[in-house]
Amino acid sequence: MTERNLMVAGFGGQGVMLLGKLLSCAACESTEKHVTFFPSYGAEQRGGTANCYVVISEEEIGAPLGDHMDDLIVMNDPSLNRFLYKLVPGGTLFINSSIVKSEIKRKDIKVIPVPVTELAMELGNAKVLNIIMLGVYIGYTEVLPGDVVLDTIKKQLGKRPAMIPLNCEAFEKGLQIGKAQKTG
Amino acid sequence: MEQVYKRTKGIRDDMVSGFCPGCMHGTVFKLIGEVLEELDILEKTVTVQGVGCCGLAMEYVTYDCTTSPHGRACAVATGVKRTNPDRLVYTYQGDGDLASIGLAETMSAANRGENFTVIFVNNGIYGMTGGQMAPTTLIGMKATTAPAGRDPKVHGYPMHMCEILNQLTAPCYLERTSCNTPANVRKTKKAIKKAFQNQLDGKGFSMVEIVTSCPTNWGLDPMASLDFLEEKMLKEFPLGVIRDKSREEEAV
Amino acid sequence: MARKFMKGCEAIAEAAVRSGCRFFAGYPITPQNEIPEYFARRLPEVGGVFVQGESEVASINMVYGAAQTGTRAMTSSSSCGISLKSEGISFCASARIPMVYCNVQRGGPGIGAIQPAQQDYFQATRASGNGGFRMLVFAPATVQEAVDMTYEAFDYAQRDRNPVLILADGVLGTIMEPVELPPMRPEEEVKALKEALSDWTLTGHRAEEKALILPGGWAGQEDRCRRNANMYETWGKDVQVEEYETEDAEVILTAYGICGRIARSAVRLLRKEGMKAGLIRPKTVSPYPYESFDRLNYGKVKAILSVEMSIPAQMVQDVELAVKDRCRIRTCLRSGGEIMSREDVLKAARELV
Repeated sequence: MTERNLMVAGFGGQGVMLLGKLLSCAACESTEKHVTFFPSYGAEQRGGTANCYVVISEEEIGAPLGDHMDDLIVMNDPSLNRFLYKLVPGGTLFINSSIVKSEIKRKDIKVIPVPVTELAMELGNAKVLNIIMLGVYIGYTEVLPGDVVLDTIKKQLGKRPAMIPLNCEAFEKGLQIGKAQKTG
Repeated sequence: MEQVYKRTKGIRDDMVSGFCPGCMHGTVFKLIGEVLEELDILEKTVTVQGVGCCGLAMEYVTYDCTTSPHGRACAVATGVKRTNPDRLVYTYQGDGDLASIGLAETMSAANRGENFTVIFVNNGIYGMTGGQMAPTTLIGMKATTAPAGRDPKVHGYPMHMCEILNQLTAPCYLERTSCNTPANVRKTKKAIKKAFQNQLDGKGFSMVEIVTSCPTNWGLDPMASLDFLEEKMLKEFPLGVIRDKSREEEAV
Repeated sequence: MARKFMKGCEAIAEAAVRSGCRFFAGYPITPQNEIPEYFARRLPEVGGVFVQGESEVASINMVYGAAQTGTRAMTSSSSCGISLKSEGISFCASARIPMVYCNVQRGGPGIGAIQPAQQDYFQATRASGNGGFRMLVFAPATVQEAVDMTYEAFDYAQRDRNPVLILADGVLGTIMEPVELPPMRPEEEVKALKEALSDWTLTGHRAEEKALILPGGWAGQEDRCRRNANMYETWGKDVQVEEYETEDAEVILTAYGICGRIARSAVRLLRKEGMKAGLIRPKTVSPYPYESFDRLNYGKVKAILSVEMSIPAQMVQDVELAVKDRCRIRTCLRSGGEIMSREDVLKAARELV
């Protein structure tokens, strides 16, 4: 079945929801595929953990969330410990290696560590770590063409045009890292 | 010969009132009808009836009428008026309806400054259900659910709705009247007219609280009820204008 | 038509506006907050009115009032909030006032859980208030269905002068999916819809044509009940159901709403595994598609699995009424904020044979 399930998890404030939303929005706008975005919600308004699910599929999507993820992006240690079991054997784990320090014991998965927090600070704004990670994910998985996602980022930032160059740079940086990881 | 009195067109001429002897609902509905007729807006009026004896009037009035769940008249009227802003909308509610089960709806509509009129008929007791204690029942007054009389240690004190609403900023006009004497009946009519005129002028929330009697549930005959009203009820609920912003706004 | 990526709650609100809804009153409760928030932004743009009520009770009564002027009106809430609205819903059903409301279900009973659930089936289909009235209840499984059903719900409400319920859940309210939105009704048409009802609505009349709205009365209540009952009898034609791969099925999954779409994807997987699975997915749960179960070949069907995010199971009682002991019925249940997964359904289906 040509269905791809992604879960993104981290601290509130790391832009986890935006990452998932940008990806799914880009899939909606640029393809005829089925796509769902489910932001898991809790009682907390700020802080705590945040996670969301994205499903992109050729066929109608059943569950917008579940326990079998093809890809897992984790931005912090608690999320790794809590959600690693969801990743299917052969799945890909993207980790923010600036923060996630736990040893990953599973040997049946592919691990892509990227220090997105440090990279974001190098770009001058720690907040764009999610955009870098989105670039890594796209570069590595090629679920969507990079330029399509970039268009969506620009569109979503329409109200804050000053932020566009930084976010484009962040995305491009991630994209190159992702591509390099794939070929490397 | 000059005609000095005629039946209002606001009440159907083919119906006989079913209200108890000495009840003042009939008087109040007559006054409302007269005011609507004088303002020439009978055909543009909607009344939202609360639950209780006043519901009998659903059939009597000659203009559009709906019935709200107990206490919800101000919420229903909010929906009616907001989607029908050029119609005159008034609620007609008893003390149990307005001050007990409908307290939140009353306060909130007043606080939003909804541009409709509330006619609040306060006789200190539940009528239709049979003489149970109301938020406005006087201290010591007997009710079927307070057989030894209202005891402030157990039941608290009578609620003064005009004064309570007067703590809010939005309401335009709050007046307490009665219908126990011809002079007070005339004052009540004047108050109703002013409240309706405020609405027609878009001035927001107005309430006329009318202190009335309930001979049946007070256990008194109609004449003795008038004495009780004068001596006890009006002492607890003094008549007069509690709030009038209508002129202030004109000045602004 | 262009696809738009929309959150379920917001898509429902936009569909309502496009169908001519010009009044909304509601009260905050998770997970339906995006519905009132969307209306608060959107209604003023189209000359409509949004009111944040002081409670669910007040909000439904504002809708009860607004709908009596012929205005297309709506409210929404979640589970325990819907319980508070039951008074006004019952009044609408009794006085025959058209209105639409949406329940974005969460866990229950009581305050339950703010996470998604399907714990309000009996409330939705049997007793949404006192008095034994009935309503059309639509159960969307995708954001697109939620949009289409909400758009049509106002027409059904107006046709019958009766409340219509959109029975959604926290997943559907929260997910974003691509949707194609129905056309915006022109303002003249919205005005004409209101005008067409003016013989009975509270718009001001001469004495002999007075509008009198009665949610009951001193007399004639039995006649009113009989008239209502007669109308409910006409709803067989309004049943909506998806029957998927049922012709040769040996195992039938049945579910509505969020569980319906999960069960559908499970059927596809089971078929690939070689199991002859099929699906009956009610899109209206009132009226319920009993006849879909009569169309099954019970020579082949060995078992039926009712998949619900409710413990205890509720819809299974309608399945039992439909199946009449012709085969085994089992349940696959999650609740309390635990969301049904496809794996849950696959496991339960495999255990049937």
